[in-house]
Amino acid sequence: MNRALSRLLTDYGMIFVLAILCAFFSVATYTEQSPTGEAAARQVASTLVAQFGPKFTVLIVAGDRSDETLFADKLQAILKASGTQAPTVVKGEPKDARAALKQLAVTGEPLTAIACTRTTAAWRVFDDLKAEFPTLGNPQLIQPRTEKWPNFLKSENLVNIANQIAVIAIIAIGMTMVIITGGIDLSVGSLIAFSAVLAARFIRDYAGAEQATVLGMTLACIAAIVICGLIGGFAGGMITVFGIPPFIVTLAMMLVCSGLAYMLAAGQSIYQLPDSFIWLGRGEGVFNVPNAVLMMLILYGVAHVVMSRMRLGRYLYAVGGNREAARLSGVPVRRVLMFAYIASALLAGLGGVIMASQLKSGSATYGNMYELYVIAAVVVGGTSLSGGEGKMFGTLIGAFTIAVIQNGMNLTNVESYTQKVVLGCVILGAVLLDKLRHGQWLRSGSHGVS
Amino acid sequence: MIASAPPSPILAAPLLEMRGIVKSFPGVQALRGVSLSLHAGEVLALLGENGAGKSTLMKVLGGAFRADAGSIAIAGATQHFASPQDSRRAGVAVIYQEFNLVPGLTACENIFLGQEPTRAGFIAQSQERRQAAELFKRLGVEVDLDAPCHRLTTAQQQLVEIAKALAFQARIIVMDEPSAALTDHEVGRLFAIIEELKRQGIGIVYISHRLDEIFAIANRVTVLRDGQNVGERPMGQVTRQELIELMVGRELSDEFPKRSTSIGPVRLEVSGLRRGRAVRDVSFSVRRGEILALTGLVGAGRTETVRLIFGADPREAGHIRLDGRSLAIRSPRDAIAAGIGLLTEDRKLQGLMLGHSVRENFGLPNLDWLCRGGFVRLRRERDEFARYISSLRIKVFSGEQRAGTLSGGNQQKVVLAKWLARNCDVLIFDEPTRGIDVGAKYEIYLLINELAAQGKSIIMISSELPEVLGMADRILVLHEGRVTGEIADARAATQEQIMKLAIA
Repeated sequence: MNRALSRLLTDYGMIFVLAILCAFFSVATYTEQSPTGEAAARQVASTLVAQFGPKFTVLIVAGDRSDETLFADKLQAILKASGTQAPTVVKGEPKDARAALKQLAVTGEPLTAIACTRTTAAWRVFDDLKAEFPTLGNPQLIQPRTEKWPNFLKSENLVNIANQIAVIAIIAIGMTMVIITGGIDLSVGSLIAFSAVLAARFIRDYAGAEQATVLGMTLACIAAIVICGLIGGFAGGMITVFGIPPFIVTLAMMLVCSGLAYMLAAGQSIYQLPDSFIWLGRGEGVFNVPNAVLMMLILYGVAHVVMSRMRLGRYLYAVGGNREAARLSGVPVRRVLMFAYIASALLAGLGGVIMASQLKSGSATYGNMYELYVIAAVVVGGTSLSGGEGKMFGTLIGAFTIAVIQNGMNLTNVESYTQKVVLGCVILGAVLLDKLRHGQWLRSGSHGVS
Repeated sequence: MIASAPPSPILAAPLLEMRGIVKSFPGVQALRGVSLSLHAGEVLALLGENGAGKSTLMKVLGGAFRADAGSIAIAGATQHFASPQDSRRAGVAVIYQEFNLVPGLTACENIFLGQEPTRAGFIAQSQERRQAAELFKRLGVEVDLDAPCHRLTTAQQQLVEIAKALAFQARIIVMDEPSAALTDHEVGRLFAIIEELKRQGIGIVYISHRLDEIFAIANRVTVLRDGQNVGERPMGQVTRQELIELMVGRELSDEFPKRSTSIGPVRLEVSGLRRGRAVRDVSFSVRRGEILALTGLVGAGRTETVRLIFGADPREAGHIRLDGRSLAIRSPRDAIAAGIGLLTEDRKLQGLMLGHSVRENFGLPNLDWLCRGGFVRLRRERDEFARYISSLRIKVFSGEQRAGTLSGGNQQKVVLAKWLARNCDVLIFDEPTRGIDVGAKYEIYLLINELAAQGKSIIMISSELPEVLGMADRILVLHEGRVTGEIADARAATQEQIMKLAIA
């Protein structure tokens, strides 16, 4: 019974926590919503058709904000496609609407409906249509219906969460491998800055700055990532050949890389990058999912297969579980450790490039403290800091747990200081879980002949 | 501050009286009612083969283990030791082979660790130094009080341990193999100190395999065998021969399966193996289908020798040839690739990943042939392991059970399975039946015989002489890193013969 419970906590503990957090923030942000943009257009169009049949005349009134003009354009397109009479469209301020109404009134044709957004429906212009424009008949105001829906669960918000955590989650893949071998990598935060600055400088100095081609940008990013990989290889060498503890080696690399990043950036941020550079960080791929999030999901899939199905993954677990037993079973311990540190550094380099793309610049201030968030994600995801245990998807869940807490607290207007306190407590709680189940097997494994 | 026991010990109640001590571990009964008495101002030698129960008995005395039954009385007062602190408070100091010193602290700090003299909450350093100096003076030696302990020689560290015992007024000092790491000169000094302690009325339990030393220093000897008392003699009334017979006197029974042997040509040949003090010059060969036993006392260099063959430690010199080919083994990986397997002595630390499933443990050395294109063929792995579960009768719920939850015998079978699956030409078993119950032992013996019958070469390290005699075709005895004897026909050998070579 006890074992079953601990097993459950081990494998699925954090996903429960994540689900509870999502449920909590959903309830906490449950408010009145009205669709905007395309969704609003589709809804208003179907209302119009349902209410007035196939033939009607309509005036579309939208403000000049981007989601409102999008509403107007989409609605116009939908109505055109459905074969109703071509609608008149107004985008702008109340006086523009009045002008349009006047013009329509002059033609003398009755107007069936006026399609509005939530904002324009409240304009005073429409208050007394009957008196002002009697020739228009009795047009009805149609606006998007309101409904109750949590802010947290809006699809834009969910994509936003994923996009914000992508960099941390990607780096956490490498960190999970390193921690599973029983090590730690503190240098990843600095490597983000280093890689971002390197990539930005390569593009600015060698690929033609704002006029850089896709090929040039790709090569610059790959070069930055490879250089990070070399640094990871150096750290791995220090750890495996000289036996210096990983904590010390990567702490040193953290300082070195941060310093190098500042030197390379000359204390400024490098922003001479082409607009197309944001493709990686902000561009949308299939199903409106940002490219960075897609890349994260693909990398997690690959990492999961490596860790659970491949020899390399088995070796990583073995080295962390019992290094001496692994060595005596013929595991190439040094090569395995080298791989882990190089992978971690390469992924940190990739994270830096993505961040540079998201922010369309490279700066040495990027990634500050990220190593701690990355480690937190790994640990919250159930990977044991003593090595040998942990799951890739656990780390993804851990990263999302952190992101959901931050996002949810932002939505519920918790101030940032309080957020830190809460986040700290959650991390501690997760490690406590880890300890509890670790004690479980220590107790069952420690009795015996000595 | 200084213990001042009455120097007329014989008439008073003995300083220490242990009666009927019983202690068992899962699967092994280590002590089956052992009794021991020690008088003030006396050196009692505790003698026995490896695994006879000496260390367990001393751990019971030191409060590290709790006895299942039996009583301990110190100067007539019954004691109940629940922890090492209790035992220490009652005046017992145990100096283990591995010293209990904090390497970074100075001699002085180590002596008073946990009982620092304080003044107003601060450590009274001058008092500490004065007392430490006094203790060393009492021992008649000089040790640098301010040097961190890791800088001291082994002999000096031992003196710090003794001073530490005196600092808390120990009346009983247990020394476990105190001379093992000392030079002859240092041993002489140690004996002078022991004489001094005797004179001060302290009772000493002296554990050693070196009979010469026992004859030189002890007043009385108690011999244990298989967790039982087999004899107690005043030193003046016993001979070497008698002691050896007492130690080994176990009857060979049919606890070893019979087998027919057909020994082929030489397969593995090692020459001039050398590494530090542990392995000084070892050469031997093993033939096809042969079981070669490496025996000797703990610390003779047996494990160290096979670790060199397996590439687990770098060797300073020596050649390894397999089927006439010279092998360049630099790591266990090389050895495994050449067809050598090692089942380590310590399963928990070196043989298994306790937190991982038995299936993963099984697969680890076999991943080269269980993988295709870097992917582990999980079904193949499961099926292969399932075969061994049934053929070795491993008691597990499933292959996913964690290795740490298995009994010693079943853990050993998992280790066996992982090496059997590799189909090695040479298999090295280091204490294959340690901590395993009798039934499982027999099964493991059967398996070793079967492997030999298949033409594999087996090297078996064992401290249990009956096991050596019952299993081996040929016996090699090691002592202090050298081969001190070879018994070509193990069937005709006796335990006394081996013990003489081992004690050298």
